[in-house]
Amino acid sequence: MLSRVANTLYWMVRYVERADNLARLIDVNQQLLLDFERLDSERLRGFWQPIILSTGDEEAFSKLYDDSGSGEVIRFLTDDPRNLNSITSCISLARENARTVRDQLSDELWEELNALYLFTRSDEAHRLMESDPPKYYENVRRSVMTFLGIAASTISRNEAWEFMDLGRHLERADKTTRFLDVSSYLPPGEEGAETGSPGILHWTAILRSCGAMGAFRAGHHELSARGIVDFLIFSKEFPRSVRYCIERVDASLHLISGTPRGAFSNEVERESGRILADLNFGSTEDVFATGLHDYLDKLQERFNQIGAEIFETYVLMPERIQSSPGPRSSSQSDVAAWQMEQQQQ
Amino acid sequence: MEMFNGYNSGKFYDEMFETDGTVRTHCEPLLKKFSTLNQRDFLTRKANSELYFLRQGITFNVYHDNQGTERIFPFDPIPRVMPASEWDHLEEGLTQRIVALNLFLHDIYHDQQILKDEVIPRFYIEQAKHYRPEFRGVDVAGDIYIHICGSDLIRGKDGVYYVLEDNGRCPSGASYLLENRNALKRAFPAIFESVGVRPVDSYPRDLLNMLHHISPHREGDPVCVLLTPGCHNSAYFEHCYLAREMGIDIVEGKDLVVVDKFVYMRTTRGLLRVDVIYRRIDDDFIDPVVFRKDSVLGVPGLMNAYRSGNVSLANAVGTGVADDKVIYYFVPKMIEYYLGQKPILPNVPTYLASEEADMKFILNHLPELVVKAANESGGYGMLMGPSASKDEIEKFRERIIADPRNYIAQPVISLSRSPTWCDGAMEGRHIDLRPYIIYGKDVKIVPGGLTRVALTKDSLIVNSSQGGGSKDTWVLHH
Repeated sequence: MLSRVANTLYWMVRYVERADNLARLIDVNQQLLLDFERLDSERLRGFWQPIILSTGDEEAFSKLYDDSGSGEVIRFLTDDPRNLNSITSCISLARENARTVRDQLSDELWEELNALYLFTRSDEAHRLMESDPPKYYENVRRSVMTFLGIAASTISRNEAWEFMDLGRHLERADKTTRFLDVSSYLPPGEEGAETGSPGILHWTAILRSCGAMGAFRAGHHELSARGIVDFLIFSKEFPRSVRYCIERVDASLHLISGTPRGAFSNEVERESGRILADLNFGSTEDVFATGLHDYLDKLQERFNQIGAEIFETYVLMPERIQSSPGPRSSSQSDVAAWQMEQQQQ
Repeated sequence: MEMFNGYNSGKFYDEMFETDGTVRTHCEPLLKKFSTLNQRDFLTRKANSELYFLRQGITFNVYHDNQGTERIFPFDPIPRVMPASEWDHLEEGLTQRIVALNLFLHDIYHDQQILKDEVIPRFYIEQAKHYRPEFRGVDVAGDIYIHICGSDLIRGKDGVYYVLEDNGRCPSGASYLLENRNALKRAFPAIFESVGVRPVDSYPRDLLNMLHHISPHREGDPVCVLLTPGCHNSAYFEHCYLAREMGIDIVEGKDLVVVDKFVYMRTTRGLLRVDVIYRRIDDDFIDPVVFRKDSVLGVPGLMNAYRSGNVSLANAVGTGVADDKVIYYFVPKMIEYYLGQKPILPNVPTYLASEEADMKFILNHLPELVVKAANESGGYGMLMGPSASKDEIEKFRERIIADPRNYIAQPVISLSRSPTWCDGAMEGRHIDLRPYIIYGKDVKIVPGGLTRVALTKDSLIVNSSQGGGSKDTWVLHH
């Protein structure tokens, strides 16, 4: 398939997945607030600060807002068009990507994404944000689920599908590490004395953000920080665990290139194989020995590396562009312009 | 029925009603069906069809609006209905015309016999803005130049159809023809069943068959692509729509690369040879090496591959010479010259400013005439004499005198009207018709075409950029 199309499909799904994860994160934490007694503004700041920090957008946030109360943070993450990673921005970008590869998508798939886009810009959405935010986030989550469901039942299992799946699982792995990372920024609490981490309420919130409460309970009697970290990073079965997602990433990469699993034919496969091995043979001991935050940070870096290598291998292919005839200088600057246009993270 | 109560067909040719107010016979079944709807029901269905366009993303961007507001192209749910015999006549006339136009283009880019025989003065061709002398002697697959033609037809007071212009470069709008039909089918399914309307859904198949037909390579399935300027082009929806319906890739210039005079597209598995390009980019922008140097939309080296016969383009390079409004004047003469036939569809009477007698007539009658620049489209570069101010008329007078080769004039044709729902009442609005003619192994025209409607009261300008909308066009089985 066309390199540009592969890249666009990949990003379309990444943005959809990102919007979904944000909706979960905000919704769960908003509900968590209800479990606390009324917090003064100082403590409210302490509550939301880690969430902003975990998304990695703290710089953009502090430029736009003076205070980090509930209202500001929620606005920033949900529908601030100035934040390129807000839910509405992600949905716009996903839809913009979809629009350019409209011919690759089934009608229903496009309609669902377009409907979600139209919803986020509607009066109804503004009204819900004012009066019933959980409903707003539920709409987003449901629509994303429908989108993924339609994709699963209308897209042929060919390269296009693998590139979409690649985007979905890489984004999901990244977001799970970021959810976990929220705890790194929290002040230490009493129940979590075990690993010097915060209150168990926060940990359950993290589980809920991943929709993992039921799955976790099924295998564990007790909620503990260690158990939750283990589950969300190393579970072989849970579809939002880092290990599961990277397993899928590795599988998609090998389906695309036709290289057998366990071997590699390019840098991106080598990197995904390495991470997967670390996850397959790793344990929470390693995590806490390194320090949770540092461990997650390293993972995120390696995910970025995979993303960059995918681009390098399947979209850019510099050696082939250079083999083309014609005026060297213009084709060179075209490449540069094109490259820039593709950098949408 | 209530919605048509008080409808006044005025002093124009009305597509649905006779001058005495009775319904034209072929519209009776439709009108009967519509009269079973009450107004509220009608409006609900109309709103649903608009929602369909919005959800499908059949929209255009409002420029200079950073909110990213998108609007749908206005769609009127009252179809334009045409009896079978009327369509047969149009089909015959359009077929005759595209055959002659292609013979003309082949001649102009080879021996130029028609110029040697002085049927068309050489000067007109050589000064045509879109004439490409550098492509003389280049052979194209099947000797076909215009593969897709979007001729604009209008109907005068007497009900006679005239050809207003032939769009032989990159005519757009076919997707609206198809989607208008989809929208109307969803909104009024029962009406379709009972009236007997000829389907239009063969268009993408016809288009693909034509692309296969012109492939320069005989072995295997040819690789066809649609070349688009990109997603910010106002016709981008159409490009995606047609590519998907045909099951071919939609590519941008940067997706293609020319190596040793062959065109390839960049895929995840390396370079794949392309045989046929349905291009939706004008000649000027298609190859920066040959045409506009600043084009970033095109493919460097494409013209080299094309000249060598390694890739086919639909439409061919240089067809714009036939779109020149001065050359349009000569189309009836071409039909007689190449085919030895009388033209089935007449041109609108046209005066050429560079002919002395015509010039005199034009300058004396400016307030009654429509003046057009020879190479503008989309309703631009026009003077509507009867509604123009004195200043505008004088401005055009100067322009015509300064550059007579580039101006023509025509009498005002009061386009036929069709009942159209306008803010709470059914009113007559002027319409035209753009059929899409495909010329491959044979000539295919989907029944009907895109009916465009000038939604502004009394306006004769149907272009979507200037307040136009569209309607579904029904060609009946009988």
